[in-house]
Amino acid sequence: MPPIIEVSDLSKTYASGTAALSGVTLDIREGEILALLGPNGAGKTTFISILCGLVKPTGGAARVGGHDIVRDYRAARALIGLVPQEIAVEPFETVMNTLRFSRGLFGRKPDDAHLEKVLNSLTLWDKRDARLNELSGGMKRRVLIGKALSHGPRVLFLDEPTAGVDVNLRREMWAVVRDLRAEGVTIILTTHYLEEAEEMADRIGIIDKGRLLLLQDTAKLMHEFGRKRLIVELAAPLAALPAALAGHGLTLSADGTHVRYDYDTRADRSGIARLLAGFAEAGIGVRDLETEQSSLEEVFLRLVEEGA
Amino acid sequence: MNWQALRTIFQHEMARFWRTPWESLASPVVSTVLYFVVFGAAIGGRIQSVEGISYGAFIVPGLIMLTVLQQSIANASFGIFVPKFAGTIYEILAAPVSFIEVVLGYVGAAALKSVIIAVVIYLTALFFVDLPVAHPVWALAFLILTAFSFSLFGFLLGIWAKDWQQVQFIPLMVVTPLVFLGGAFYSASMLPPFWEGVARLNPVLYLVSGFRWSFFGQADVPVAASLLAVAAFLGLGVGAVWFIFRTGWRLRA
Repeated sequence: MPPIIEVSDLSKTYASGTAALSGVTLDIREGEILALLGPNGAGKTTFISILCGLVKPTGGAARVGGHDIVRDYRAARALIGLVPQEIAVEPFETVMNTLRFSRGLFGRKPDDAHLEKVLNSLTLWDKRDARLNELSGGMKRRVLIGKALSHGPRVLFLDEPTAGVDVNLRREMWAVVRDLRAEGVTIILTTHYLEEAEEMADRIGIIDKGRLLLLQDTAKLMHEFGRKRLIVELAAPLAALPAALAGHGLTLSADGTHVRYDYDTRADRSGIARLLAGFAEAGIGVRDLETEQSSLEEVFLRLVEEGA
Repeated sequence: MNWQALRTIFQHEMARFWRTPWESLASPVVSTVLYFVVFGAAIGGRIQSVEGISYGAFIVPGLIMLTVLQQSIANASFGIFVPKFAGTIYEILAAPVSFIEVVLGYVGAAALKSVIIAVVIYLTALFFVDLPVAHPVWALAFLILTAFSFSLFGFLLGIWAKDWQQVQFIPLMVVTPLVFLGGAFYSASMLPPFWEGVARLNPVLYLVSGFRWSFFGQADVPVAASLLAVAAFLGLGVGAVWFIFRTGWRLRA
């Protein structure tokens, strides 16, 4: 199956001279959830904005569903739904009308049955006749998703969908995204919440300073780049580590009951076997072992540092 | 051409007009009545007639033009400035539409509103004065072309403006003086020769004059010049809007 979105060497330098995006190349598979992760100003929103037609690229090309986003923008944009980062709605419009407007803009014939389905999936059907200025922030955000879905897009861009959203609503948003994926919609989301990317995405792209540092399956990324920590619970507390174990980079806990060992899963050898042999030689009894995987946040920060 | 989008924008803009009928229709009618009281009854009682036409009737075409210019600019500028200001314009920019659908939708709706208001003012005027229209087809043509041209200017103003002050500045400081000095309430020939020459530099004079000709068969300037002026306004507006959408000026970074 050809990728739904093909991006090659996409660049954007703003009139001010700021290079917001520098030569980003990637393919997005149909039906996947791709999370773009990066600090503020990394170029995530610029990337989305170019694909959606809000910003003009200064270099490279992109195709959506095989249609060039500049030359064949009508066909490309017809496949896309965009949920912007900022909540912007017409305050005096009703929920249903604002969805009708969005659908019409995308050239689709009125279809209230479809809009009913969309509103139901966002638990907004009861609010269909409410004015937008009567809704809470979370509801407005769902209305924006509803507008983006009103014309039945094959690709949905969510620019920081859960920024400033409370925990319950975030879970709710995640459920909506999963349902959409189940329907075959390709989803590209940007986020600051690494937990979110880890939990939701099939693949994660890491962007910093306009460059795509990495694009990988979430699980593989966690596996390959994850640092692990081994915690060894000792049978008896130690006052100090014996000199024989000095080469392993161990840390003894303050009360002397635990030893901490950090290792890199990317390395050929974890060094755990050698370490445990060292414990045995030094006559130190081990009661229990525990490993902790580093969070994506740590992975991310490390990559950004390495990329800098 | 995305006809569905054009229809959607157009209907959306017209819905705004009908949602507030009082502001949309009643206020132009009220101000027209006031103009009649002041100019028609109070002042007109002393002027009697201008070029053989009763003063009360004479001012009607100018009055309609004044309102059409103001309403066209206000409607179209607000129509595009409000989404720009509120941020909802992202949806228009991300939609599979070109500048043609956007302009025809916003500008077409703004122009139609002005034409409706013009007709309402005309009907209101009939309560005060006898007002035959000598060339109804030309009157309608002048009306529609002027409404469309100045809606285009309003649209440009809305795109250009960075804040509310700027949206209101141009109509207040430029358009209203031009209309007042463009012979809305008098004939340019009533001015001293020097000022008549100055008045002829005012593009709005040609619009008012042409429109008045379609009512009374009399004009300050040749009708062809008036038509040329309207065509020039329209051409300028269309050219500027085309340029904006081609370059993305103030719309797309």
